[in-house]
Amino acid sequence: MQGMMLNRAKELLGNGTVNRVLGWQAGEFVYDITPAIFESAEELDANFVYNAFCGNNLSKYLIKETLKDGKVLVFLKPCDTYSFNQLLTEHRIDREKVYVIGIPCDGKTSGEVLKSKGMTGITGIREEGEEFVVETIYGDEKIAKADALEERCLTCKSKKHVAYDELIGEDGEVLDSHRFDMVAQLEAMTPDERFAFWRSQLSKCIRCNACRNVCPACSCEKCVFDNPNSGISQKAAADSFEENMFHIIRAFHVAGRCTDCGECSRVCPQNIPLHLLNRKFIKDINELYGDYQAGAEVGTRAPLTNFTKGDVEPSIVYHREGK
Amino acid sequence: MSNVNEFKPKIVAFCCNWCSYAGADLAGTNRLSYPADVKIIRVPCSCRVNPMFILRAFQRGADGVILCGCHPGDCHYTTGNYYARRRMTLLFSMLDFLGIEKERTRVEWVSAAEGAKFAATMNDFVATVTALGENKRLEDLRCKE
Repeated sequence: MQGMMLNRAKELLGNGTVNRVLGWQAGEFVYDITPAIFESAEELDANFVYNAFCGNNLSKYLIKETLKDGKVLVFLKPCDTYSFNQLLTEHRIDREKVYVIGIPCDGKTSGEVLKSKGMTGITGIREEGEEFVVETIYGDEKIAKADALEERCLTCKSKKHVAYDELIGEDGEVLDSHRFDMVAQLEAMTPDERFAFWRSQLSKCIRCNACRNVCPACSCEKCVFDNPNSGISQKAAADSFEENMFHIIRAFHVAGRCTDCGECSRVCPQNIPLHLLNRKFIKDINELYGDYQAGAEVGTRAPLTNFTKGDVEPSIVYHREGK
Repeated sequence: MSNVNEFKPKIVAFCCNWCSYAGADLAGTNRLSYPADVKIIRVPCSCRVNPMFILRAFQRGADGVILCGCHPGDCHYTTGNYYARRRMTLLFSMLDFLGIEKERTRVEWVSAAEGAKFAATMNDFVATVTALGENKRLEDLRCKE
């Protein structure tokens, strides 16, 4: 896969279709993947990678990239194409300046997951069918994908590309992945249990803002969390309501626009399951206002910027079953 | 700690300028009584209320927050309260998801002619929140006196 992508990228750079490539490169360690811009075939050869560690959603970087001159080539996994569509809907990306190559994704893992399975000295990774072959300094180790995938990939919502100029490999289908199971489990708890669960999770928050910075839907130029008058700007955790408030507002700001790409949870250094907050909103929207998948199509109206005269009253929250 | 009967909740009521605020006025001129624990904040439209206003009220020590606006269909700005309705439904559901007592928040549609409904709503809401007691789950201790 990496070879095919590399060749195609060089071709498009060579014939002048694009003048730079947005892809992934390895950081200090092989599993520390960072997004990167490549401007020549030499740079591509030296640093470009695509493997099971390349979880980063590149679509957000296009906001800045499409402000520059010339066309940029970007590789998007199926879930990234939803974010891409959503950004197009919000007019944050200039479609004319992007050349999208859709690439298949069989789920991603991370250094953290593999280390938690007891692997050390990781130097590379290959995919063989339903297994990851992890290359370590102690030799190759095999692990089943089901055991090593990131949480968001275990409940992958779609293998289908919803936006691309060309595809490498086969396109997949929208999946029925039971991604709301964990939300439903929490809903079934008593309020006290839920409160205890979320306090234990959210009190870990160090307010690094990584979840905000990585989120493709969180792309306001002026953010409320940067406003000193908001009362919740850039503060260290105080084990108080403040983290709750930060995370409610963060999730609320992307409600109806969140494509459920799961980047927030991936980047969280404290491993807070932030995607559950977003999924709760998605689940509510689906249940109350009809099924809606942000980014599935360009130009759809987000549920919170829309209404019908017969919408349910807020008091439904008091009456719903199992609450 | 004083006994529960003496607990006086702090209630913040966001009232839209065109219906509910006038409704509160009417309750006053009709000499209908509702608890003095209700602090009214006038907003141009129920849709003006950002979810953060509600959270901030809780953070700063409110025990209950109620949003009053025109009846759906009667909005002075035609559609404002429809948006507010969706927004508040999702916010309340999220508060519930985080384990916060959902009875502390409420939305009520009160028109300018419904002074009696305003008074009755406030009496009921204050009674509900008084029964729940002090807001412990949303407060920020640093914001307390």
